[in-house]
Amino acid sequence: MTELYKLKIEEASNKLKAGEITSSELLESVISRIEKVEPEIKSYLTKTFDIAREQAQKSDERYKKREPLSDLDGIPVALKDVFCTKGVKTTAASKILDDFIPPYNATVVEKLENAGAIMLGKVNTDEFTMGSSTENSAFGPTHNPWDTSRVPGGSSGGSAAAVAADECLFALGTDTGGSIRQPASFCSVTGLKVTYGLVSRNGVVSYASSFDTIGPIAKSAADVAIILNVIAGNDPMDSTSVQENLPDYTTFLGKDIKGKKIGIPKEFYGEGLQPEVDKILKDAIKKLESLGAEVEEMSLPSTDFAIAMYYIIAKSEASSNLARYDGIRYGYSNLKKDKSKIKDLVDLYFKNRTEAFGNEAKRSIMMGTYTLSSGYFDAFYKKASQVRSLIKKEYEDAFKKYDVLITPVSPFPAFKIGEKLEDPLSMYLADVNTVPINPAGVPAMSVPAGFTSENLPVGMQIIGPHLGEGKIIEIADAFQRATEHHLKKPEL
Amino acid sequence: MLDVAQLARIELTNAEEEKFAGQLGAVLENFELLSNVDTTGVEPTAQVTGLTNVFRNDEVKNSGGKESRDQLLSNVPEIDNGSIKVPGVFNND
Repeated sequence: MTELYKLKIEEASNKLKAGEITSSELLESVISRIEKVEPEIKSYLTKTFDIAREQAQKSDERYKKREPLSDLDGIPVALKDVFCTKGVKTTAASKILDDFIPPYNATVVEKLENAGAIMLGKVNTDEFTMGSSTENSAFGPTHNPWDTSRVPGGSSGGSAAAVAADECLFALGTDTGGSIRQPASFCSVTGLKVTYGLVSRNGVVSYASSFDTIGPIAKSAADVAIILNVIAGNDPMDSTSVQENLPDYTTFLGKDIKGKKIGIPKEFYGEGLQPEVDKILKDAIKKLESLGAEVEEMSLPSTDFAIAMYYIIAKSEASSNLARYDGIRYGYSNLKKDKSKIKDLVDLYFKNRTEAFGNEAKRSIMMGTYTLSSGYFDAFYKKASQVRSLIKKEYEDAFKKYDVLITPVSPFPAFKIGEKLEDPLSMYLADVNTVPINPAGVPAMSVPAGFTSENLPVGMQIIGPHLGEGKIIEIADAFQRATEHHLKKPEL
Repeated sequence: MLDVAQLARIELTNAEEEKFAGQLGAVLENFELLSNVDTTGVEPTAQVTGLTNVFRNDEVKNSGGKESRDQLLSNVPEIDNGSIKVPGVFNND
């Protein structure tokens, strides 16, 4: 087989175990694929092929001895450029970190390494993960493999595009308000936003700490289950990480979904939803019904307030998180330029931050500084935190009755590069279906559900209860065994 | 607008001030939606883990010694004798 780069993890892992292919052969196939399509897609900010080749050789030796470390041994992965990688540049797609070399690995990177995964490099994102199109990257946008004049979504656009274009077997992304699910939907790949705290955030650049989650973007729900088995679990270095015992997520594959209760929250199917997207979702829901699921319309009334609530808290937390970037201990600094122009310490802060933060980072910092300032704190931050309680409660109540809820991931398919860049409100409103999930803290997956008449992918969002990743995987896997949307590839 | 930028240690040109004021004004108007929600007696939620006070023992762990120290300092723009050097707080005269 010459096109090894097309394989899913499940398939590659079986071939590696059977000795049909080696980790090095698989890696070389993926590297040639990257070299072929990267000029059009522009997913990778840093390629680490030398490290990858060394790792693959060691993996080959393990398979020779029939001692692979895990199902991910020898599997090539791309990391969103917000995961700290020891000795390898980590930029968060920001000029302010463009030469930052972390002295340690993020916990999740360490887990992948210990499982034998092969690191291909670091992929593009909106600066500090703030955005829904990957256009806010200081290093230029990534292009959607299905139509390169369009955005791949964001902020994990580099991760989703790399998986869709077969430039890796899977990728890791982060999701604060849709940053895994929306690009997965725009690129027709399977992306999971986990329960808050399921995967350690230690060593991952923060946007909004009470919403941030880390999750896989892959070619199927089955692959997501394999990855989750490696990356989920408690980490003493992240005090918000889960303490529960977790299941083997692959035990949720291949299940019958007869009698599963699916709620369809009507607020997600209202005005603003493109008719073609609506039709694709209705067909997908019918498919699940034909597999035996019981479907019922229901209501989550607080959805209408989710965008305002979400952005107040996200930008407040972001302004606090970004206060640390001053160029004193690392990152962009005017001390490396003409020092005679620096008046004093405060002047250095101003110069570093003004020159190195991009527009969306600046907007976020100013918005958050405003909503947290005395006099406005109660009206914005406190009010939003109260509305958050209402939203959280609605989801808790919904899951007393339903196994999962199903909505569109985005009201429309991938938009054109440049279309929304200077209109932040319309960019924020694009996240209407994904942002309510993060304040509630529950898991949700984007699953390829079909294509529009322009051949643009549309994703279905499957939302589960707290720590209900298994329930989501069960439904998504059953859907993927009955459909072929996730198998379709872009022409490149 | 300028006050907020000042607090956040960001300088704005006149053109930026005008652009950002328009963009942020539209977003803040959207935020006003929340005033329609009745939150009387609702406790605010700051985090959703259900965990409280996760502690560890106060012990030195995983200290990488001089190697870690050197790696950390390798990102610093200016070092003097193993310390991070910065301009004066008041002025450099």
